[in-house]
Amino acid sequence: MEPKNQQKNIVVIGGGPAGIEASRTLDSLGYTVFLIEKEDRLGGHLARWDRLFPYGTPAGDVLGQMTASMGRVKWFTGTEVTQLNRLERGYNIILSNGMSVLADALLLTTGFSLFDASRKEEYGYGIYDRVITNADLEDWFSGIPVPAIDSPRRIGFVHCVGSRDEKVGNRYCSKVCCATAVKQACEIKEKFPDAVVYCFYMDLRMFGRGYEDMYLEAQKKYGIIFVRGRVSEVSEDKDGHLFVKAEDTLAGKPLRVTLDLLVLMAGMTRNTAVAPIVRALELSTMEDGFLKPKDSMTQAQSSYAAGIFYAGACTGPKTIPDTVAEAKAAAMSINEYLRDND
Amino acid sequence: MNYEGKKKIWSEFQKEIPDDKYFYARSCIRQNFNPGAEQAFLDIVRNRFGKDFYEDPLHTTCGGIAYHSDTTPEETSMTIIARQFSLMNQAGYRNFVVSCVTSFGLHSEILQTWEEHPEIEEKIHELLWKACRREFTKPDFLMHSSDMMYHYRFLISEQAKYPLINVRTGEPLKVVEHIGCHYSKIFPSKSVGGAEYPRVLAGLVEALGGSVVDYPERRHCCGFGFRQYLVKANRGYSLTNTYKKFESMEPFHPDLIITNCPGCNYFLDRWQYVIAETTGKTYGDTPGYGIPVLSSEEVAALVMGYDPWDLGLQMHQVAVEPLLDKMGVQYDKSAKYKGPGGKDLGVPVSPANIRIF
Amino acid sequence: MIDFGYGISPSSAINLERFDRARFDRLCAEEPDVLKCMACGSCAASCPTAGHGNMNLRKVILLLGRGCDSDALAMTRSCMLCGKCLLVCPRGINTRHLILSINKIYK
Repeated sequence: MEPKNQQKNIVVIGGGPAGIEASRTLDSLGYTVFLIEKEDRLGGHLARWDRLFPYGTPAGDVLGQMTASMGRVKWFTGTEVTQLNRLERGYNIILSNGMSVLADALLLTTGFSLFDASRKEEYGYGIYDRVITNADLEDWFSGIPVPAIDSPRRIGFVHCVGSRDEKVGNRYCSKVCCATAVKQACEIKEKFPDAVVYCFYMDLRMFGRGYEDMYLEAQKKYGIIFVRGRVSEVSEDKDGHLFVKAEDTLAGKPLRVTLDLLVLMAGMTRNTAVAPIVRALELSTMEDGFLKPKDSMTQAQSSYAAGIFYAGACTGPKTIPDTVAEAKAAAMSINEYLRDND
Repeated sequence: MNYEGKKKIWSEFQKEIPDDKYFYARSCIRQNFNPGAEQAFLDIVRNRFGKDFYEDPLHTTCGGIAYHSDTTPEETSMTIIARQFSLMNQAGYRNFVVSCVTSFGLHSEILQTWEEHPEIEEKIHELLWKACRREFTKPDFLMHSSDMMYHYRFLISEQAKYPLINVRTGEPLKVVEHIGCHYSKIFPSKSVGGAEYPRVLAGLVEALGGSVVDYPERRHCCGFGFRQYLVKANRGYSLTNTYKKFESMEPFHPDLIITNCPGCNYFLDRWQYVIAETTGKTYGDTPGYGIPVLSSEEVAALVMGYDPWDLGLQMHQVAVEPLLDKMGVQYDKSAKYKGPGGKDLGVPVSPANIRIF
Repeated sequence: MIDFGYGISPSSAINLERFDRARFDRLCAEEPDVLKCMACGSCAASCPTAGHGNMNLRKVILLLGRGCDSDALAMTRSCMLCGKCLLVCPRGINTRHLILSINKIYK
């Protein structure tokens, strides 16, 4: 650790897993780190999640480990960036708590927003009582009551809600929803062993270590029924059950099923709260609104602007391990930058 | 069902509807099948609400039937519609209202095409000039007649003599609203309420005291489809789609179906006869009668106290008497098949499986 | 009744409401590996009847799981039990044994 590093201030915006991990790493390198989080707690979306795929690790344990020792990191929750100015060297950042920081480097770990499932009008989220989202189901798994979940006997999961969907402006795959759906399908089957559980998918993107095993277990141990076809329309029948239309593309036939619960796998979209920062710093974004790194292969943590770095889902959908690895990589990129510009 | 959720979606699909001064274009099929609907529309807006709706006897079909059955190219429809606009210009109007949903869809499609391809509009100016030495400018606003009924819904309810309430039970009548595909499925943004949860008829029904039935196949096409009913070999397709809708709405026991499309109105009505005569089955809670199918204008007029036979409701296949009785409408049973001046129109032959009087 | 020369056509849609799962559950109990199918189609591609007969084991498994029993059983009749599908199945399903069990349970 170089003692002079302590003279250098780094501001990290966004206190989710990327921000926490990067802050800790930068702290261990001796830098003075300011971590800014607008919500009242650290953890971002991870703090709302119950368990993580593929092994069912409790999200709270992961977050607990990450935040167990924050070192000398100065972290501020319930705090927003109110003003950002580019200086000749570094940036001046004014916070909603009245603080002003002269930062030598800036790391954006602003993450994503969960897709607003009510935008897919045909699925009736916010209209039909028994339609919920993946996030609502995680709430329920964590013990928060969700009235829609009332001893369901027939349960459906819809993959790709707000992902792979040009009509809502999201052509991309959100990467985590397939694995989340399979994880949640198994979990809910454990809670309701007599229920029939369907997953409506277009492709099962089981790319990660352990994911294929999870899928195989979902099929063989839990008897989850996988229907290849996108749900096209949902409506309510007379008793408030959900009438669902899809095509079983492998059978080449339309498929109709009545369900007691439908879970929409809302994907990741750009975090709109980051827009003022993007404008103030004139940052480049991609056509879907995610931040654009300098080079997606070799400089994925760098922006086009000197001294500004990215980590995590602010540049596109990421898993937790992806995010943690990027956070470490961003810390190293910042370290190199500050060393070279000393 | 969360009504607030629907309101959120409706708030995203609102359109500006000018209150007055329209050029009115009729529907080809409706003025033949249910002429009273258009007559009632004009009478309501002009004589009850004092609005200025102008109709020019020189206006023609929009060509939509030919266009949608692949017998004329789009340029032909464009030129015909350009001529209607020219008539509107000549009469000094800037707002255009059409009676037919297919017409509304076609007008919207053409205006959008011209918006995106000004060179096509240029060509149509040239074609119209060559064909009949006319020029035109596009309307400021294009409306469907159901938009107007929605817009005036509170004026209608102020003059309601027989609201959509069952006089025997005091309960709201259960109304199925059916929106023609070409009203909002082509351009959801040009409709009231969008394509998934259209508001235009639901809003009218609620304002008149009825309750809207939200049944699973609510969004489904009636199956009308020009290429389906024009070719006899394809008619089973049309019939099957209507059948699917009736099977889906049956558990809700609707008292009435309200539509905004002349084609849907006709086929949801007539196919009940074919279903009855091929399967013996009728729908609705009055055994043997079926569910009456009325247009938005007919419902408005009935609620406002127009005589059902002046309105031409005897032109519908499914008998309306059970509905009239539920609403408490005063009517002369024996006048059903009397024309203007008491002229005898003749009593139709009664089908075996669906009662007509 | 009147013959109009056209009529209501029956629906070809798979309706899972009408699917009585009892027999399929019995098949799953006897042949748990049937649930492992990931619909890759290797079995159907290498089947000697491919392109000649109806047999498509990938589809048989799918259709039985959707309650379309008669469509599925019509296919198994073309099977010659050669066992080629067993060699190619990436999930190691004992396909030959599975087909025999299907014929036994759904006879």
